[in-house]
Amino acid sequence: MSDDRYPNAHVHLGVFFQGVNHSTIWTDPASGSQIDFETFRQVAQTAERGLFDAFFLGEGLRLREQNGLLHDLDVVGRPDAITQLAALAAVTTHIGLAATQNVTYNDPADLARRLASLHALSGGRAAWNIVTTDNAWTGENFRRGGWLDHSQRYERAGEFVEAAQAIWDGFGRSVSYTGSTVDLRVSPTVALSDHPVLFQAGDSPDGRDFAARHAEVIFSAHGTDYDDALAFADDVRARTVRAGRPEDDLKILPGTQFILAATGAEAREKAHWVKEQQVTPATALSLLGQVWGEDLSSYDPDGPLPAHDPRIELVGETRGSARHGADPRALARAWRERAEAENLSIRQLVLAQDRQRGFVGSVDSVADELVRWVRGGASHGFNITPWLVPTGLDDVVDHLVPALQERGAYRDAYTSTSLREHLGLRAPVPHRGALVDA
Amino acid sequence: MTSVLHIALEVDGAGQHPAAHLVEPHTTFATPAARPGVTPDAHRLRTVVAAAENAGVTFVTFDDSLVPVAGRDPHRVDAVTRAAFAAPLTSRIGLVPLVHPAVTEPFHLASQLAALDHASTGRSGWLVGAGAVPGARAALDRPVADGQDLADETADVVTVVRDLWDSWDDDAVIRDTATGRYIDRDRLHYVDFASGGDGPAASPALRSAPDGRRAPFTVKGPLIVPRGPQGQSVVVGRAGAVPGELLDIALVSSLGQAQGTGAPLVLVDVAVTLDTDTATGAQRLEALDRSAAHTPDAVVFTGSAAGLVALLTSLRGVVDGVRILPSVIDDDVPVLVRDVLPALRVARALPTPRPGATLRDTLGLPRPTSRFAATA
Ligand SMILES: Cc1cc2nc3c(=O)[nH]c(=O)nc-3n(C[C@H](O)[C@H](O)[C@H](O)COP(=O)(O)O)c2cc1C
Repeated sequence: MSDDRYPNAHVHLGVFFQGVNHSTIWTDPASGSQIDFETFRQVAQTAERGLFDAFFLGEGLRLREQNGLLHDLDVVGRPDAITQLAALAAVTTHIGLAATQNVTYNDPADLARRLASLHALSGGRAAWNIVTTDNAWTGENFRRGGWLDHSQRYERAGEFVEAAQAIWDGFGRSVSYTGSTVDLRVSPTVALSDHPVLFQAGDSPDGRDFAARHAEVIFSAHGTDYDDALAFADDVRARTVRAGRPEDDLKILPGTQFILAATGAEAREKAHWVKEQQVTPATALSLLGQVWGEDLSSYDPDGPLPAHDPRIELVGETRGSARHGADPRALARAWRERAEAENLSIRQLVLAQDRQRGFVGSVDSVADELVRWVRGGASHGFNITPWLVPTGLDDVVDHLVPALQERGAYRDAYTSTSLREHLGLRAPVPHRGALVDA
Repeated sequence: MTSVLHIALEVDGAGQHPAAHLVEPHTTFATPAARPGVTPDAHRLRTVVAAAENAGVTFVTFDDSLVPVAGRDPHRVDAVTRAAFAAPLTSRIGLVPLVHPAVTEPFHLASQLAALDHASTGRSGWLVGAGAVPGARAALDRPVADGQDLADETADVVTVVRDLWDSWDDDAVIRDTATGRYIDRDRLHYVDFASGGDGPAASPALRSAPDGRRAPFTVKGPLIVPRGPQGQSVVVGRAGAVPGELLDIALVSSLGQAQGTGAPLVLVDVAVTLDTDTATGAQRLEALDRSAAHTPDAVVFTGSAAGLVALLTSLRGVVDGVRILPSVIDDDVPVLVRDVLPALRVARALPTPRPGATLRDTLGLPRPTSRFAATA
């Protein structure tokens, strides 16, 4: 590894709880309650035992639907993020606590205050994962309805963040902010000496530019393929420098999963098993239905694919999940051709199409690979989505973390109680003078 | 009326007297722990709530405001966040943050309280904020209701929040491995709530609407949080500000208001300034009032622990409980937990929560059945 771009880089780990998609296996006998506080406590305390940087909660402000019906096959329902993280702050001491929070359906004065409150009570461990979900469908749960145009989502995000930063700095004063989507005047009520850490998740060019200007960590979706991750990281570094910041000002933690075993062969076998648990027969029909844009739940999962083309006008009915819009007719045709050529049933086809995500291998090989990623510049670490909750992090903490420590690529102990310091971040951007370096 | 007397305690900030934060903190509540990362806010919260729980307080309330209140300590951490932090540190006491219905989005409010109910294993309540919030309009960039509009909006928000808490049947999560269904979608419900009011409903028109008028809103549902252990958090509100039939507990500020609230339980607010080892309550109150004049909207008690015990004992059977508003937490709470609550325990005046009891259990309130649940 003589050509490491960052030869001394360490791996930073976070845990993302929980994926609202089929990644979480709830059918397993070891799968615990997905809402009891004890489950969250166990995952957070396990991560803290593993010296993780952060514990993350996702957010969705409307329950997912497919074809006009509540999606019923994956885990449904989760706690309000900041409330839950405040409770976890009381039973942890070092780990960062990151809340995914939307900028379209929150009021800056209210959200900035709640984040500041979490930061104050946790002793500097709060983070905000900024997301821009802007659709009118989600807006049906809120006073303002679908008020924001999609094209303005990052304009709103930028103004929202600037207003929040002004509030975090403005204790004892009256703060005002005027932009095209945010207009407020407020006297802050929480005295802070530091800001919550800003994360961003969103992959569009606008999302990347927003992160380059405002964020301190990107929670990316590039967590499987090294070259893809490196290309993403290089793109983000270039954008960060163009935004007038040093390239290492923005850390990248791709979402990923780990499947570990004693040997590579065993791990691959386990990965196959995990995927079969994730893609149940009903989920296979549901994923197929997303492509076809209709309810295919009455099809036989062990039978052939539908013979007809997707009805274009119906596609796009999947709500609340991030599915990127390829041409459904072309996709359906490709799927049918593959199924016919390889003689695959619906479920077999969906399993074959569902690319293996994350890292699969022996502890040593995965540890080597993670070190290669961070030293080669593909990421600064990883945000793990355990496929089993609450025990899915145990083997990472018990085996992978020690392997990384042996390689000199992971902390041996926390050196601070501040998330900003865990991540090696500089002071918040608004606190810097002309000099950027800390 | 129940024969026990529920004691609630307001634990916000340094105390309820506006000069409380000017008194030098001087007890264990104020000693910042030596442990790294434990802030004074966190330490105070832990120790005050633990003292209340150990003394047999039924629930604590956390006063709050989005913006600073004139004449009071401007530093104040969000109340739901404080209550959630206290949740895993306690096991018997109820945790009741104030959230203002005209300030916080109803959907977020319902999610936050439902999450608090899960995190506290059924010990959450909602103290419904009342009264105008000066500065809220400028902070939120939308009109904030006032006067009769605020009263009407408050009733609507309490209704939709309770609807949202009911939007998941208790048994909605079925985890049916045979069919691959995690939930039974028929056991989740769109609430399709539409408020009253006649102003403009959605931005951008909302931003230029006059203040004080309520802006109508709709909420689709279901909630993003499954139904909590209590079904619905205990709803506590000021008599007159919230219709009694929407409340679980009405707070009144005098005994004269205790009748006819329409709420299942009535607690009277009592502002206390107690004799301490170094000064009488009267001396303390005089000093406090010199810094900042204050007329509490509550029954006022100033004097000895024994005198307060006598007053509280006399209220048994008259009201269901009292909410104590301590003038200065550092002075009054130590006396309460050392001399007042033990005397009430000896007299069997306090409820004894069973392990694992929810706040509703301790209060003797029934667990609400969901208004949407099919009657099987
Ligand atoms: C790894 C990852 C995780 C995300 N998690 C959430 C989430 O929990 N809640 C949410 O509302 N949005 C989440 N999103 C972000 C939204 O997808 C994003 O805000 C939206 O798609 C618009 O951003 P874009 O157009 O730049 O992709 C996530 C995005 C990524 C890449």
